[in-house]
Formats: sequence, C-alpha cells, structure tokens
Amino acid sequence: MSETLLELKQVDKYFGGVHAIDSFSLTMQEGAIHGLIGPNGAGKTTIFNTITGIYRADSGSILFDGEDITRIRPDQASVKGIARTFQNIRLFNNLSVKENVVIACNMHARYGLADALLRTPRFRKQKAETEERAMHFLQTVGLEGNAEDKAGSLPYGHQRKLEIARAMATKPKLLLLDEPAAGMNADESVELVDFLRRLKELYPVTILMIEHHMDVVTNLCEQCTVLNFGKTLTTGRMEDIRKNPEVIEAYLGGDE
Amino acid sequence: MLNAFYEGVIVIVCINIIAVLGMSVLTGFTRLFSFGNAGFMSIGAYGAAICSVQFGLPFPVAILIGVLAAGVVAFLLGSLTIRLRGDYFLISCLGFGECVWVLFNYTRNITGGANGYSNIPYRTTALVAFASAVLAFVIAWNFIHSKYGQNLSAIRENEVAAAANGIDVVKFKKMAFVFSALYAGWAGGLYAHYLRYITPALFNLSKSSELIITTVLGGLGSLTGSVLGTIIVQLLPEIFRSLAEYRMLFYGIAVVLVILVRPNGLYGYREFSLKRVVAFVTSRLGKGVKSHE
Repeated sequence: MSETLLELKQVDKYFGGVHAIDSFSLTMQEGAIHGLIGPNGAGKTTIFNTITGIYRADSGSILFDGEDITRIRPDQASVKGIARTFQNIRLFNNLSVKENVVIACNMHARYGLADALLRTPRFRKQKAETEERAMHFLQTVGLEGNAEDKAGSLPYGHQRKLEIARAMATKPKLLLLDEPAAGMNADESVELVDFLRRLKELYPVTILMIEHHMDVVTNLCEQCTVLNFGKTLTTGRMEDIRKNPEVIEAYLGGDE
Repeated sequence: MLNAFYEGVIVIVCINIIAVLGMSVLTGFTRLFSFGNAGFMSIGAYGAAICSVQFGLPFPVAILIGVLAAGVVAFLLGSLTIRLRGDYFLISCLGFGECVWVLFNYTRNITGGANGYSNIPYRTTALVAFASAVLAFVIAWNFIHSKYGQNLSAIRENEVAAAANGIDVVKFKKMAFVFSALYAGWAGGLYAHYLRYITPALFNLSKSSELIITTVLGGLGSLTGSVLGTIIVQLLPEIFRSLAEYRMLFYGIAVVLVILVRPNGLYGYREFSLKRVVAFVTSRLGKGVKSHE
C-alpha cells in the first residue's frame, strides 16, 4: 500500500452545545478516492472546514503529509497542497473564467513586487507562463472556449467544473469536493463521474468527496465513511457499507 | 507658459488623480471602504512641508518622507483594524481621519495648529503634477495587473474562496490599505507644495468623502474610471464656478444618479480601451444589433 496522506485523529468540534463532529478519525492513503456520506447536518462540511482551517478542531489532531496541520490557516492549507470546492459554489463572479484559474495558478508564480511594478522580463515571462498554465487547466475541464466570459454568467454545471479547475490549478495533493454533483440530474452526474475519473488519470491527486448521489459515490469511491449527527457510523468498502443495517436505517433506507 | 488659472486646474486634477488611484486600489479592487484617507493626505502634506521648511530638504526627498510617514501610519493602523468587518473598518478609518486633523490643530509647535503652516516653497508646477500623476498611474496599473492586484480582486469577489486558493487575506488587505495611504501621502505632499500654506481643516471628513465619492463615481474596479471620475469631479466646479457653493449637493445628486443608472460607476470592472470604443462606434454605424457589452 502507498503512504498515508491525510490522517485525522479523534477530532472534535463543538458549536455551542452542538457536538458537530464527535471524535472523528480518518486515514487516507495517497491516490485514494474516499467518500463521505450522511444525512444533512451530519457534520460532513464541518469536517472539510476543519481540515482546511476555516474552523479549528476543539480537540484531536490532523496530520497531512506527515505534518501537523490542526491549527493551520485556510491559505496555508492551500499552499501545503489541500484544495477544495464548496457546496454553494464560490467563484470570483465578476472576474473572467480565465482570471479565476490564473489567481489559483498565481500561487506558483515566482516574481516579487519590484518585478511587477517595473515589469521586468522575469515578470513578463512568469505572467505568460501562468496564463498558459491556466488555459491548460481550462482545456482539461473543457472551458477554454469560455475563457473571457464572466465566471458568474456561466451555467451551473460549468461553474462546478470551473471551481474544480481552479482547485486543481493550485497543484494540490489532496482535493476536497463538497457535493460536486449537487443539483445535477442523472445524465449530468454520469458525466461528472467520467470527468473525475479522467482528472484522476491526468493528475496524481487524492480525493475526499462529500456526495449525496449514491451512484456517483458507488462508481468512484473505493472506501467510504458514513456519518450521522457528528458520529461515525462506519467506514469501509462500498459493498460492505450498502449491506450495513445501521447505515440503511440512518441514510440509505429512505430512498434506496 | 500656461496662465495661472489653467496651471492651477491641472495641478489640482493631477493631485486628486493620485489620491483617487490609491482609493481605487483599496475600494475598487479590494472592496474596503475608508473614510479616512484625507488623514493620510494630511500626514503626507505636513510631513513633506516640515521637511522642506524646517530641514531644508530637497523637494523629492521631502515628498518621499511624507509618503513613507503616511505608509508607516497606515501599516500600524491596519495591523489593528484590518481584521474588522466592513462597516467597523470604515468607522475606524473615519475616526482616524478626524483624529489626525484635530491632532494637527493642537500640535501648534510642529504644525502651526489651526493657523496653518506657511512659507512652503512652491514646487508643484503643472509639469511636476502631471508627471507624478502619470507615474502614479503606471505604478498602480502594473500593481493591479500583477498577481498582487489579482489577489486583491479575488478578495473582493469572495474572501473564503480567495483564502482557499492560497491568498493570505489579512496580508493583502493590509497591502492595499498601505498602498492607498502611500498614494494619499504623495498627493498631500504635492498639494502642500502647490498651496504653499496648509491648514489641518483642508484634510477633514469632507475631503475623505470627496475621494470615496470620486472613486465610486468613476467606477469600482477600474483605474481609468478613477481618472475619468476625478477629472469630472474636479472640473465641474471650475466650469460652474458661480455654483461652487453647491458642490457637495452636486456630488450627492451625482452619486445617487450613478447608483440608480450605472450601479458599477462610469467604468465599473473594466478599463477604458480605445479598441472597444472603435468597435462600439463601428457597430453603431453598421447598425449592429448587439451593444458592446
């Protein structure tokens, strides 16, 4: 087996009296695709927010790439190689599609303030390279034709793809996808599954995803964790989880 | 040479362009509202004036010291206030701006108090002011069109997403704040060496408001819009001189109109481009069906 990339140990998070995450543990191997499922309010997005430093864990620890990142800031998490998308899409709406991705690529642009103000050759070269890289990511998600459009004016499905392209442009080791198939119909989610598979072939990225569409999770994830009211019901291979009576009762039972 | 009236108009317009460009970076590109930038102008003006008069330093050095003083104060103030949410940040800047001019009223030994500070050498000619404005524009343009400026726009659009893409939100907000203060200080230093006599009340709340109104009028997220806005705001009172008393009234009406008719300002979120104007004109002439937007 490959190396451990992400490890959460007994993480707790409270919001006032609400125990949003109850001693959550998770180990992810490099290259894996792991699903995180559970009913609304189970604490899935809270886990994402805790990993990326938007929230601080009240207890427990988070290790990423062998390093303790429990008390990290969101921008530091991104620099260390954790990228994410949001449940309610968060794009830079008034900026162009290309600029959205360029901003993510800027993290790796190597020039200083003096270079920028004086427009040195180094700046010009780095800027051109950054834009080229951004276009490359747009091509990967098939949005190169919309490069000059305003991000906010894109149709919903394209916005989701743009958000993923932007996340990938930071060159992450770990990609957190928060309900990538939300609001998609059956055909669109099949397309999404294909798209994520292709992405996985192109880039060596590890994916942790929250998803309600069971077909998406079943098709993509080898392993899955089921949450309910902040507690972990079970973790395991998809086939086993589908048979688990506790899971069926809490989550799958209603609609499957 | 130009006659004194036109020279004066050019100098005033150019000086205000510098201050408004700073505002534009802060408000237009980062969406931080400051009602205290006249305070930084004041620090730049008094700093430069004192260097010239008291210490006899050459004009460029005096300006530079004024600019740096404004920048240092902004850095310290920003370290305290930049984490505040929108309205609270705005109020803290307003408080700062008022503090500065009231303080300068009291420090009679240094600033001359309410009687003003006089005998400042006349150095800001139309040429100096114009060259400064051009330089200020080029620097601001290069700044905005680099990763630094793009990071500011990202923060304006969505702070959470900006942070998730590796942008240190607090650091870059502070950078924008200091940038606007440096520009305000620059404008202030030039202003002092044009007027030759300054009083603290020149840089009160109504000056701060004027800067912000000009920025909104010209268009948020557009440097060329800011230049255009400044030219309009500064020239109209000169053209309608007899109505100068109603200056603030006109500003108010203009802002209401702009918000109603063009919520993004004259040139919101795009820059003036000759290419686009040509395209627009030709499409109109050729009875193009679609507008240029």
